[in-house]
Amino acid sequence: MANLTLIQAVNDGLKTAMRADPSVLVFGEDVGPKGGVFLATEGLTKEFGAGRCFDTPLSEDGIVGAAIGMAVNGLRPVCEIQFQDFIFPAFDQIVSEAAKLRYRSGGQYTAPMVIRTPYGGGIRGGLYHSQSGEAYFCHTPGLKVVIPSTPYDAKGLLLASIADPDPVLFLEPKALYRTVKGEVPEGQYTVDLSTLRTAREGKSVTVFCYGAMVPVCLKAADQAAEKGIECLVVDLRTLLPLDEEGVLEAAKQTGRVVVVHEAPRFCGFGGEISAIIAENAIEYMEAPIARVTGFDTPFPNTLEHHYMPDDRRVLDAIEHVWNY
Amino acid sequence: MSAQGMLSVIEPDGGINGHDPKMSNEALLHCYRTMLRVRAFDDVCLKLQRAGRIGFSIPNKGVEATQVGAASALEKTDWIFPSYRDFGMALYHGISPVDMMHNMYGNAADSAKGRQMPVHFSFTEPIKFFSISSPIGTHIIQAVGAAYAIQRRKEPHVVLASFGDGGTSSLGFHSGLNFAAVWKSPVVFLCQNNQWAISCPSSQQTASESYAIKAKAYGMPGVKVDGNDLLAVRRAVGEAVERARKGGGPTLIEAFTFRMGGHSTSDDPTRYVPKELLLEWERKDPVANFERFLAKKKLWDPAAREKIAAESFAEIDAAAKVAEATPRPGIETIFSDVYRDVPQHIRRQGQAAFDLARRKGDAAAGDGAFPL
Ligand SMILES: Cc1ncc(C[n+]2csc(CCOP(=O)(O)OP(=O)(O)O)c2C)c(N)n1
Ligand SMILES: [Mg+2]
Repeated sequence: MANLTLIQAVNDGLKTAMRADPSVLVFGEDVGPKGGVFLATEGLTKEFGAGRCFDTPLSEDGIVGAAIGMAVNGLRPVCEIQFQDFIFPAFDQIVSEAAKLRYRSGGQYTAPMVIRTPYGGGIRGGLYHSQSGEAYFCHTPGLKVVIPSTPYDAKGLLLASIADPDPVLFLEPKALYRTVKGEVPEGQYTVDLSTLRTAREGKSVTVFCYGAMVPVCLKAADQAAEKGIECLVVDLRTLLPLDEEGVLEAAKQTGRVVVVHEAPRFCGFGGEISAIIAENAIEYMEAPIARVTGFDTPFPNTLEHHYMPDDRRVLDAIEHVWNY
Repeated sequence: MSAQGMLSVIEPDGGINGHDPKMSNEALLHCYRTMLRVRAFDDVCLKLQRAGRIGFSIPNKGVEATQVGAASALEKTDWIFPSYRDFGMALYHGISPVDMMHNMYGNAADSAKGRQMPVHFSFTEPIKFFSISSPIGTHIIQAVGAAYAIQRRKEPHVVLASFGDGGTSSLGFHSGLNFAAVWKSPVVFLCQNNQWAISCPSSQQTASESYAIKAKAYGMPGVKVDGNDLLAVRRAVGEAVERARKGGGPTLIEAFTFRMGGHSTSDDPTRYVPKELLLEWERKDPVANFERFLAKKKLWDPAAREKIAAESFAEIDAAAKVAEATPRPGIETIFSDVYRDVPQHIRRQGQAAFDLARRKGDAAAGDGAFPL
């Protein structure tokens, strides 16, 4: 066991996978000698050589397209998109190609690959270094979408994603890269995709969240507890395919639900959670479901602390559904 | 022409060859002053960033001659589709350092209302300096669209699209050059080859013998110039601008230069830039190169540099102080300008944010009602 930050856990996960399987390759912009702009790939070129961890030309379309070709021909690409905000030139390769390849070829061709990318706000990155674009990708059958929030999960989910037979978009909450630390086992282990994690037990209100919003919700839950409201905080971890049974079970436990994400509200992932509960467990609900989300605006810079849901906004919603 | 087929004008002794762009003394000195103002801007921003006053900046050291030489070939009625490393183009054309500093601070007076990261300028006066986007290369094809409007209205203007060596790998580069050549657009594509895309060297960006040669395949002229030679850049861009104004279509210019600082204030270039290479390029400093030329023309001596550098620093430092004293944007700026008219759902969210801020005693809420 080592006590690692989330970014160190990602780095450890990459090294573990590369040591175990020579077909695992890491590439992207600045991932080589520089070790990535956040240092997620630090030391990889040194340990595994420039043939297994290398820089590409500045083209996300190229990075993901090449990864697909490698994946169909026996390699395990783990490519990096420097910021999730810059993934859109590769949208076509991800949505039209990687995600549909198994289906369109009747299972003859598949693209087992991982696209890692930091997402979310909190670094004063403005419109284009802050976005949470998970909903665009959760609308894409054939793709898996994973978001860790702890160092343990970051490594375990990454290793599970690399081992997965289908393409995985692995979204890393950059706000947590160096702000969370935790015990991480050495060597190989996996955390199952599509199983949620209970981050805190409680009987009063269920709070669904993921990624960088998990610590925010836990903080709000602590404050709620001081007021006698015990929150069940659920870290979804894998958004697609979603642990629907787990979601329903957690919702039924309290009958009061708050869904939190940083991304804009309209057509956001919170809408899906709300709909699943409304369709399958509405008779258990004691209060309308509340959503706490980013606003339906682009992501601002100076005022990002007003844009991102914080413990005050989450606590407000918890109290609202509790007092309903 | 140098041995490598690269246009240069200033000789090592400060003399010039036959490619003199023939600028007036006044224009030459304006270029010189602008380069020193860019340097002062760099220095002040680095200090502000290190002191935690601003979050981020982009160093320009080494590429001033490319920016300023190119800008000097444009009229105020032309358009610039800039990259984030084009401070010199803005300053050359009279955009005020105070306005630029408002953007660095993201304050209430920032033309982008504090929404963008620092160095993402947007200005309409005194020249169209198009709003900068972070995603690399997206503006290259947009410049061609702006040029199409110019063609349609039969205006004599041109559009300069500026981007880096890394930018040539983007989808926008391909679409931009392809469309422009087909449409004979009045566009000058300026590829600032500073040899790095963050930590990735040019050798990993392209296997072409140069960036300029890519023009041939698209069907337009391509010129490689010494980007540390202001007169060479001015000469090449000037010719391309003239051709474009006369309906002769686009040109791709590669300015071969070197980024002497980090990619940004968040970057540590010592991790990947070989020391010898940096030393080699320090000897080719574009400001010193231009000074040799000015000295030979009797327009410059070391005292002039000291004087102009001191004035520039004072000017930029004062601009920073103005920006620092300007308050943050109000909460309503999160919700305005998403559309021309604020839709119901955004209005509701704005009202809720405003109410919460007021309930929690947040100063940014002011004391009136939500103003949108
Ligand atoms: C589409 C996209 N991918 C990645 C990035 C991250 N990024 C910012 S600047 C940069 C390098 C740009 O290099 P170049 O085009 O040569 O311009 P320079 O910074 O050298 O002036 C990268 C990769 C981005 N902004 N946009
Ligand atoms: Mg460059």
